[in-house]
Amino acid sequence: MIVSRREKITGRVILVVLMLVTVLPFLSIFVTALHEPGSYPRGIEWPETPHWDNFVLAFQSADMFHLLSSSLLIELGVVPAAVLLATLAGFGLGHLRPPGARGLFVVFILGLTLPFEGIITPLYFQIRDLGILNTRWAIILPLIGLFMPFAVTWMRANFATIPRELSEAAHVDGATTWHLFWRIHVPLSVPAISSLAILLFLWTWNQFLLAIVLVADPAQRTMAGALGAFQGRYGMDIPLLCAGSLLILTPTLIVFLLFQRKFVSALLQGSLKG
Amino acid sequence: MPAPASTASPPGSGGTARSRPGVRARRRRVGGSLLAYALIAPAALFYSFFVLRPIVASAQYSLYDWNGVTTATWAGIDNYVAVLSEPKLVGAIGNAFELILYFSVVPVGIALFAANLIRSIAASRLATAARTVLFIPQVIPLVAAGIIWSWQLSSDGLVNQILRSVGLDAAARAWLGDFDTALPAVGVIGAWVQVGLCLVLILAGMTRIDASLYEAARIDGAGPVREFFSITLPGVRQEIAVCATVTVISALASFDIVYVATQGGPGDSTLVPGLQIFYLAFFEREIGTASAFSIVLMALVIAVVLPLQRLLRGRES
Repeated sequence: MIVSRREKITGRVILVVLMLVTVLPFLSIFVTALHEPGSYPRGIEWPETPHWDNFVLAFQSADMFHLLSSSLLIELGVVPAAVLLATLAGFGLGHLRPPGARGLFVVFILGLTLPFEGIITPLYFQIRDLGILNTRWAIILPLIGLFMPFAVTWMRANFATIPRELSEAAHVDGATTWHLFWRIHVPLSVPAISSLAILLFLWTWNQFLLAIVLVADPAQRTMAGALGAFQGRYGMDIPLLCAGSLLILTPTLIVFLLFQRKFVSALLQGSLKG
Repeated sequence: MPAPASTASPPGSGGTARSRPGVRARRRRVGGSLLAYALIAPAALFYSFFVLRPIVASAQYSLYDWNGVTTATWAGIDNYVAVLSEPKLVGAIGNAFELILYFSVVPVGIALFAANLIRSIAASRLATAARTVLFIPQVIPLVAAGIIWSWQLSSDGLVNQILRSVGLDAAARAWLGDFDTALPAVGVIGAWVQVGLCLVLILAGMTRIDASLYEAARIDGAGPVREFFSITLPGVRQEIAVCATVTVISALASFDIVYVATQGGPGDSTLVPGLQIFYLAFFEREIGTASAFSIVLMALVIAVVLPLQRLLRGRES
């Protein structure tokens, strides 16, 4: 490709500017978090005496231990179950294709663009009638259902790309469909399954609407739901709010930086298919 | 290699002694179908019970006047009339459409412009680092983005600090508290979240365009503008459609950011359908109107997204 030096420099400048715009807000709340609790700092301004103990204070006031374990319990309830259900259904719809599979798949696709606000009202009454309002189940069970359109579409697309010759050969060798599934298809689908797990983990962690509507106690919510409650209680104390927000963000950022390559490709594929 | 039994037996010959493999194959096919349905069933049940059933219930509630406690009374299409005529509710829909400009048009525009300039250095170390950094807003909760930016956009926040430092003191204000600027300010938050995803997606599309096309264009004397419109833009059509779909849904169905940044205020200047449904259902106890609004919102999303999907399919066919 013919590329001039000037083009390269412009490209670099643009990249740096975009990165600055992304990072500056984080830097700003970090610096603000170091100010004296209850004070009202201005923009980015390094405090005379940095109050590092704000993070400890926020950790205790937000009851971070409870929040973390509550979020993890919800993740444990949602992600493995949703991935398993979607893998089974994806295999059924994408590989076995029984009569009517196409129609069933269209019904799943219909849910892809559904805004959660669209069903939150009846969902509230449904969850209340089940007697699980204000428990973690109120978030876990509906989320599994709400993730199905995307997760099933995703796994179906994966199984549809696995060559049929493989299964036919296995059938000749006398393998049952179940064997075929566990011994051949699932091992070949590990990348798709792990990407799906990462996406569902992220979407569960960040789920806000279900948490604030269906669970009144912040200690039983997701991280994002708890952050909303934290803002309600400490909205006036800017340094403490910033410290708390940073603490609540940190686990996501750590997970993201650890799996960043996987994350980016999963999110890209996710939006391409969704 | 012998052909598998399922394809070897002629159709309709089951039952005779000669075609026993055919019977077995059909039995296996019927058994296979049963197994397939059994595999699909759990996902379908969860989906039906927690998604389809509430959608049907929404449609049903939307025809009644109900406060969630006492007996509901039939209301016919009154709730829909309210949603489409009460200024406050219509205003919320208008705001959602205005947010499309900030959540969707602006990020896709910036991403196209920037990706075109970055294209030649897409494989560099800086670009790889940028890919990670620009993705951070995508992985943090939207609530956190809302809280972080509420502070940046406040009267003593970073935005005003920067404005004042370049002498634009007069422009400084509480961006989220001002009737004229609150909605665009919410839009800035959304644009900040979405631009990274759009950029990385569109850049990936651009690097897949055949480089010889550009060389041919340059030899023919095409300028950068011509090059952009006749090679780059058609080349990333699919990626643009994907970005547009994702971001338009995030605009029409926005909730988290608005909830933490403005709660719909000042006045109703940043009220959006998601927030209005939440208020109607859980504060004003107008379950019927909330449900009618839900149905309208779902219909709006589909009405806007379907044409975008057609654009997406356009290239495949």
